[in-house]
Amino acid sequence: MKNVQKSKRANKSLPFFFRDEFRVSLVIILISVALLITTFTFDIVPPILNRGIQPATFPKALLVLIILMTLFIYYLATKNPWKVEKKLPRPFFLTLSSFVFFVVVSKTLDFFLAISALSIFVSYCWGEKRLFYLLLVGIIFPIIVFIFFETILGLRFPPGIITNIYYS
Amino acid sequence: MDNLLLMLAPLFSSKLLLVLFFGTLFGLILGVLPGLGPTTGGALILPFTMTLDPLSAIVLLTSIYCAGTYGGAITAVLINTPGTPAAAATCLDGYPLAQKGEAGRALGMATVSSTVGGIFSVVILVFFAPILAQLAYEFGQPEYFALAIFGLTMLASIGEGSPIKNLIAGAFGILISTVGKDFMTSIDRFTFGINELTEGIGFIPVVVGLFAMSEMLTQSTLINQVFNRIALKAIKLPSKDDYKKTWKTILRSSGIGSFIGVLPAEGGTVASLIGYSEAKRFSKNPEEFGKGSIEGIAGAEAANNAATGGAMVPTLALGIPGSATTAVILTGLIIHGVRPGPDLFREQPDFLYGIFGAMLIANILFFIFGFFGAKIFARITLVPNKILWPMIFAVSVCGTYSLNQSIIDVWIMLFFGVLGFFMRRYGFSVVPVIIGLILGELVEGTLRQSLVIFDGNWLMFFTRPIALTFFILSLIALAFPLIRSRKFKKKL
Repeated sequence: MKNVQKSKRANKSLPFFFRDEFRVSLVIILISVALLITTFTFDIVPPILNRGIQPATFPKALLVLIILMTLFIYYLATKNPWKVEKKLPRPFFLTLSSFVFFVVVSKTLDFFLAISALSIFVSYCWGEKRLFYLLLVGIIFPIIVFIFFETILGLRFPPGIITNIYYS
Repeated sequence: MDNLLLMLAPLFSSKLLLVLFFGTLFGLILGVLPGLGPTTGGALILPFTMTLDPLSAIVLLTSIYCAGTYGGAITAVLINTPGTPAAAATCLDGYPLAQKGEAGRALGMATVSSTVGGIFSVVILVFFAPILAQLAYEFGQPEYFALAIFGLTMLASIGEGSPIKNLIAGAFGILISTVGKDFMTSIDRFTFGINELTEGIGFIPVVVGLFAMSEMLTQSTLINQVFNRIALKAIKLPSKDDYKKTWKTILRSSGIGSFIGVLPAEGGTVASLIGYSEAKRFSKNPEEFGKGSIEGIAGAEAANNAATGGAMVPTLALGIPGSATTAVILTGLIIHGVRPGPDLFREQPDFLYGIFGAMLIANILFFIFGFFGAKIFARITLVPNKILWPMIFAVSVCGTYSLNQSIIDVWIMLFFGVLGFFMRRYGFSVVPVIIGLILGELVEGTLRQSLVIFDGNWLMFFTRPIALTFFILSLIALAFPLIRSRKFKKKL
């Protein structure tokens, strides 16, 4: 109980723009407003063909509802601040950046290579230093998965430097 | 009699028995591993079910659901970490009892009460699902709209965390369902010129992303966590004395779990907490709770497994998921072209009773596996995350890609993984997003069709008794957390 009170106090002592509740609410509202503006670009069905409401009406209503509820949670949070979350550790950021790396490699070089590289990278960043286990998660297991999907499920993987060698 | 024979059909099909065997085993492994569980596991296996016929696919998913819910208890008792959120209440007494050197007794009680709870809930499912489906014949578009709204508000109020955050998450899920061509007018919405988005955002990338990938990111923040494992010598069946102490608790919790499961909410987790607190309230020795009470284990475990059958009632009868895992099962039904609802009961009784029978057999199978293999399953927790999660990543990526052979789906999965992580970090449950996504088309479709029927007059919704009842129940569901928090403050 004392810890919770302490963390709440710590959160209240921060300027409002550094508090999680402000930042999270702001992000939700900004994205919702951007999407709301997008709904005004949707095509309009001519009245003669329109049955019921326009296609943009329902998403508009949803977005307005999300904005109102977000303002409400922010209002509640000003009275009862959210607890301060622990700082995210280094492995989290490395894992997150490996997702970006995966997207780039899978698009430019090879899908299989991207899986393999990410698996080795994540395993290493999470503390695995033994070569056999790195090879297991990065090479042996992806090959098993690849063969399983390719032969049993009949899947064709996207072309790439390694996949092309296999298919040729 | 015919229905009973249909229920026994899985016993006479070697293929279904094999699927059940594999599903139960896989479910147990998933339940034992903290961070995985039946929901994430179901999401991971969903793309693979495309190679199976609809009945085998759903049998696989339901057996994973039943066994995975029980599997969480093994980790809860031995390492004080719930394998699944539904086993959180089991930690309270399971681990203290294991610390006293009675891990076998704790797991024995967890196994027996889980099995009884599971079987009890299947009986409820067999009796109540057809009745509810019969009632659904009275439903028109306005009633279905009101029902979907009721489902979402129930989820917000009974589910974990802040009800308003849950509602925001649910609304966001419905918003995702609007991406792509509008089903009534074929007008593009939120496609941003990307061709792949005109078909909409698929269930599988979102489900795998929100459950599996967000969990991978969560695990990356916990890699230095150390578990204190308690060695298990052998699992023991409860003694006569234990049965005498707990049979009323098991039956009560089975009833509570089945009832909570029927409500569209986060099934097992809520059920186990209520089952546990009711066991404590009725106990002659409430002071033992939290220190290794056998009744505490029985109360929590019977309730969370009873919620499995209960949660399948609205899923199959109305197409409204009763829990996160049944949302994944509902996704499985939809991608296999099976539309849950009253027509399913009339047109495909063999399919339905096959599922009921499979759930019954799964409950018996996990008892056998749990009783004889708990020691082996306990060792699975020794697989380090640094090896396990990169492997799960490979399976998730290939599974998501396999459905439409689209790399965009994989990117969508990763995007939802990151989004899911931050949602969970700031107290937004990811379950309402999935349920909102599943119910989105129903909500929008029934609303728009109702407005056509009512000639645009919104007030006409309140002239329909069933729809009005659901709206009133939705208001009560929204007011419930307020009443609960005031009562709690008064108590303090």
